[in-house]
Amino acid sequence: MTAESLAGNSGGPHPSLKRRGSRATIAADRAATVVLWGTGVFVLALLGSIIIHFAIAAWGVVSPSFILGDLGDGKTSVGGIFPILWNSIYMLVLTMLISIPLGIMAGIYMAEYAAENRVTTAIRFAEEAISSVPSIVIGLFGLILFVDNFKMGYTTLFGALSLTLFNLPLMARLSEQALRAVPQDERGASLALGATKWQTIRHVVLPLAIPGLVTGIILTAGRVFGEAAVLLFTSGQGAPVHYDFGNLNVGAANWWQTSPWSPLRSTSTTLSVYIYTLRSEGLGAFVTQIVDGAAAILISMVLIFNLGARLIGRLLTRKLTAA
Amino acid sequence: MAQLAAATRLSSLRATPGLRERVDLPRRMVFIAASSMVAVVALLLVFITWQGLQLFLVNGVPVDQILSSTWQPDPANGQVIFGLLPFIAGTVFVTVVALAISTPLSVGLALFLSEVAPRWARAIVQPALEIFVGIPSVVWGWLGITILVPFLHSTFGEDIVVSLPLAGEVLRVPGFLTGFSWMAGALVLSIMILPTITSVSYDSFRAVPQELRTGSLALGTTRWQAIRHILVPAALPGVLTAVVLGMTRAAGEALAVQMVIGNSPSLPGAITQPLTTLTSQITMDMGNTVPGEPWQNALWTMSLVLLAISITSVVLVRLINKRRDAR
Repeated sequence: MTAESLAGNSGGPHPSLKRRGSRATIAADRAATVVLWGTGVFVLALLGSIIIHFAIAAWGVVSPSFILGDLGDGKTSVGGIFPILWNSIYMLVLTMLISIPLGIMAGIYMAEYAAENRVTTAIRFAEEAISSVPSIVIGLFGLILFVDNFKMGYTTLFGALSLTLFNLPLMARLSEQALRAVPQDERGASLALGATKWQTIRHVVLPLAIPGLVTGIILTAGRVFGEAAVLLFTSGQGAPVHYDFGNLNVGAANWWQTSPWSPLRSTSTTLSVYIYTLRSEGLGAFVTQIVDGAAAILISMVLIFNLGARLIGRLLTRKLTAA
Repeated sequence: MAQLAAATRLSSLRATPGLRERVDLPRRMVFIAASSMVAVVALLLVFITWQGLQLFLVNGVPVDQILSSTWQPDPANGQVIFGLLPFIAGTVFVTVVALAISTPLSVGLALFLSEVAPRWARAIVQPALEIFVGIPSVVWGWLGITILVPFLHSTFGEDIVVSLPLAGEVLRVPGFLTGFSWMAGALVLSIMILPTITSVSYDSFRAVPQELRTGSLALGTTRWQAIRHILVPAALPGVLTAVVLGMTRAAGEALAVQMVIGNSPSLPGAITQPLTTLTSQITMDMGNTVPGEPWQNALWTMSLVLLAISITSVVLVRLINKRRDAR
């Protein structure tokens, strides 16, 4: 604390040092302080200008009819983006449905059971390895593992499964951290009361870790929402102009292909994939506006996920600890 | 309070019969979830290696041909040559420049956050960095196309000439023909890896014991002297880890780079000229090639190279940390 206040003292060295230290030393210290402050200001300015840029670019494009409207062709009008947005949300929910249980379970093992042995070392290595493998390579792996193996073509489900592979290590690590943050005393007290290890985890550790777990879930959700490279070769490209949400008749011919509720449909371009493909293939007077609007929505979602993680984490902590 | 609630909940559970038999099932399930990651890595290594070697094993391309600098994959244009050197060199060059731009900035930012910033400044900059991490790569690419590339083209479109009074012309760099270039790719990447390098180096600066700071300041050093001579050497393994992680991310980034780099499959020339990388070539060609044909298998070989880069970096990070722990 004292060291921090010493180090954090913005006035430079203590006055008594000024006489002894050479002028150059003190000038260097001043210059360094200015430069280091400069890096902080630079990052803030950069983020600020990006947000302002998208706010301006989205002005006049993003409207309720853009968000909820049918897909435009980019040539005659801006149109809407709803089918794409639906694909993004569907993909996100499907991915999280698979990866939340898996990730939390893996986190439980690493935090509560893992002994210091070779198996644990191997799991840690695997965790680091998957996180460092480029997302495009994860996508190619998904292409072999799911698309080539099951011979069902490109589907939303395969995209979600590949995103799970991409997401699992981070989800597991964040869950592990959330569980480790629960004080050891809580476990001791529970075990002393005669609870089994699993009862302790299920009824004591997990409830206490909920704020951390929720924060982890939202943070990984933001990453999944923005990912495109993993999806390029695993989920199908394209989206219909309009989705028929009343198409609930599972037995009908083509239901699996056309219904917006089907996980096996091949029309699964998400927002980020849309930005990428429209940029390279889209021709038309309104393409720039559409991409700007889509990017603005993507950025706002990222902001919402980020602030949401913070806010909900804080709220849950307050609620659970004040009980 | 929470303990009390848990205790009451548990007392009702204790009497449940047949509990002992079930105790180990959860353990097995969470173990399966965790070890599935090992299976994923094993499968990934096997599949990508197998696919990556098809070019040599099935298509009979000699292994040394990938070191050629000629990329001519299309049989329609005559003799095919699968030289991967332009892509490997492109990935290396763009990564190196991105690191050269990003490392000083990120380490400076980490130092600012851990040593200089008052609490209020940290409370603003840290969430900002988290938002940076969350911005998707296609958005960076789109910003690159709409802002950076036109800016480079319009500002530095002419040849850049450095001349001295007596020696005359010292350096001439051709201008940005279109703006899509090595430089644009490196700049976009340098921003994308900034949060990675910053947060990992920040953690390693924070991990330096306070006594070292107080001790240094008590000896009469300035804050900058303490940073330069005490903190940076002490945190060096952590900073190195950060740079390796940033390097991995830069080498593996696909879409943002593909969007701004210009995608010209030739050896790197001037920094103002288009370039290509392993990732951007895979992104562009994978969808347009036929499975099994040499062209696509060459792309799989590229992904094998990428996989090798990332696994090497994981091992490298482990070695750096092991050495630090041993000290």
